[in-house]
Amino acid sequence: MTHLSSAAAAGIYHYDEIDRRFLAERVEQFRRQVARRLSGELTEDEFKPIRLMNGLYLQLHAYMLRIAIPYGVLSSDQLRALAVIGRRYDRGYGHFTTRQNLQFNWIKLVDVPEILADLAAVDMHGIQTSGNCIRNVTTDQFAGAAADEIVDPRVYAEILRQWSTLHPEFSFLPRKFKIAITGSGHDRAAIAVHDIGIRARSGPGGAVGFEIFVGGGLGRSPFLGRRLADWVPEADLLGWLEAVLRVYNQYGRRDNIYKARIKILVHEVGIDRLREQVEEEFARIRGPKYRLDPEIVETIRRHFAPPAFAALPAVSPALEQARAGDPAFARWTRSNLTPHRQPGYAAVTISLKPTGGIPGDATSEQMEAVAALADRYSFGEIRVSHEQNLVLAHVRQDDLPALWRELGRHGLDAANAGLVGDIISCPGLDYCALANARSIPLAQDISRRFADLDLQHRIGPLKIKMSGCINACGHHHVGDIGILGVDKHGVETYQITIGGTATEEAALGQVVGPAVGYDQVADVVEALVALYLERRGEGESFLQTVARIGVRPFKEKVYGAAA
Amino acid sequence: MARSGEEAKVVSANRLDTGVVVWLGDGNVWVERVEAAVPLSGPAADAALALARQSVEARVVVEPYLVEVTVVGGHPQPLRPRERIRALGPSVRPDLGIQAGTVG
Repeated sequence: MTHLSSAAAAGIYHYDEIDRRFLAERVEQFRRQVARRLSGELTEDEFKPIRLMNGLYLQLHAYMLRIAIPYGVLSSDQLRALAVIGRRYDRGYGHFTTRQNLQFNWIKLVDVPEILADLAAVDMHGIQTSGNCIRNVTTDQFAGAAADEIVDPRVYAEILRQWSTLHPEFSFLPRKFKIAITGSGHDRAAIAVHDIGIRARSGPGGAVGFEIFVGGGLGRSPFLGRRLADWVPEADLLGWLEAVLRVYNQYGRRDNIYKARIKILVHEVGIDRLREQVEEEFARIRGPKYRLDPEIVETIRRHFAPPAFAALPAVSPALEQARAGDPAFARWTRSNLTPHRQPGYAAVTISLKPTGGIPGDATSEQMEAVAALADRYSFGEIRVSHEQNLVLAHVRQDDLPALWRELGRHGLDAANAGLVGDIISCPGLDYCALANARSIPLAQDISRRFADLDLQHRIGPLKIKMSGCINACGHHHVGDIGILGVDKHGVETYQITIGGTATEEAALGQVVGPAVGYDQVADVVEALVALYLERRGEGESFLQTVARIGVRPFKEKVYGAAA
Repeated sequence: MARSGEEAKVVSANRLDTGVVVWLGDGNVWVERVEAAVPLSGPAADAALALARQSVEARVVVEPYLVEVTVVGGHPQPLRPRERIRALGPSVRPDLGIQAGTVG
């Protein structure tokens, strides 16, 4: 195995030998399972749950392998390994998902053992990217970098990863279970729409505690998470989560897949009763076994120690000069930079949404280019955002002009992060066996309609989110503009919502009116944006405009005054 | 076999070892082009599906099912968008899938 060098990439959790031995054994186990399947020793019914436990689905065109990227953090070596797998075993590209994972779409079963071995060599796998278990824990893509961060959520995301990995009691839950954690006041991790959402906070004396929400989720029955606890001390975090999962495991419905998520349990029994049950369970199990040892926290925290930042002035003259001399660069810096906690640095969003591109797709060459740029400019570390972009979290402001030019050479310089062109889109009917309608080509169509970047910047932040079926992988319920594809008698049809958001002011979008046809979607989006531009007040966001004037004017704009 | 202009069904599945989409063609051979699939109606379609299940037992394919088609010029064309995309490849990547000859 060619394990990652310990050469100090920023914020990467490195496996120990126990992790690596386990992963190697798991690869060999799956190699034998594939051989037994191909020889007929295992039936498809017996094999299917095994392959799913390793992230291997059978999708519309071929097998699809979903690879876990814990809390969206990758080393450059890991990204390079993904690029090689994409080139060697797939079609030269991969798709970054709203779960901060990566999917390959054209995988052969016979190749999977070798792919898993290649992944294991860089401490990666596809375990718990499928099935009714605790899935990849997701977090803020700017963790450890954002100027507004209070607590670094990666530390706790890693603790949760270790706690939930192969947890024997939670491997066969009523349904899949998703946990998201943020450590900032501004929620970039969409915690309100996860089974458990955690906001890490700082208390008196610097003590860390957690506000816990439960029962959020999208899909067929969207719910925002309800507050379960205002303040869970750090030491009790795992005990509390263990209690929540135990209550869910006991009372969650297994009779109906559509009612099996914890959001339905919360809805049916009520948050107060659920809290009582969780508190009873927590009181019962409370003790050393579930107490999070501060020494363990500190050990994990050391993995996420800040990289060797240079002492720099807060404002870079080189950056300001480049901004003044190049409007295109200046525009990119307005949309694709996030303030960094360290003076003289910035967090850079690499948009995977070029005009007319496929949201979230990156070629092997692009992955390798980003890995090289991460080595050169960001301590060898890359993040994947749930908005299907990549992030270099720690870039010196002085280096931004050079970085931008390099990104441009690889088609990665789209100046649209957070704008209309930065569309979240699930794979939809073009790849997904569950989808009812296409989503990617509509995202491309909308992206082309707003190809004028100056227009996008005039419009300002506006999130379009699109799903090709009710499972809502594209988070359409929480888009400023949400688009849901449905199959109406064999015809792709789209329901439009407005006013949703997944931030700390989380809200579910409201339906604008009757569903529209495939060819009308981009026109509708244009009309909605046009009305926003007509009616918005000074500095008013799309969401604020919808809240102030209501849905009706938007409906009339789309369907006519008689609507 | 169904005639031109008729609605009928074909059997589709994925190859076990590669996952490639296949269709049941003449002589019960699995083919990669839907045009070469045999369109069938009524009990003949159900019988073909039963035959396909034997292919599952033989570890050639997985997850066989019937796909609704219309027969044009003697060749089946899937009726639903899902199956049309599955037969050709992603509509957003004409360079991939059977439409580009890159399957297998």
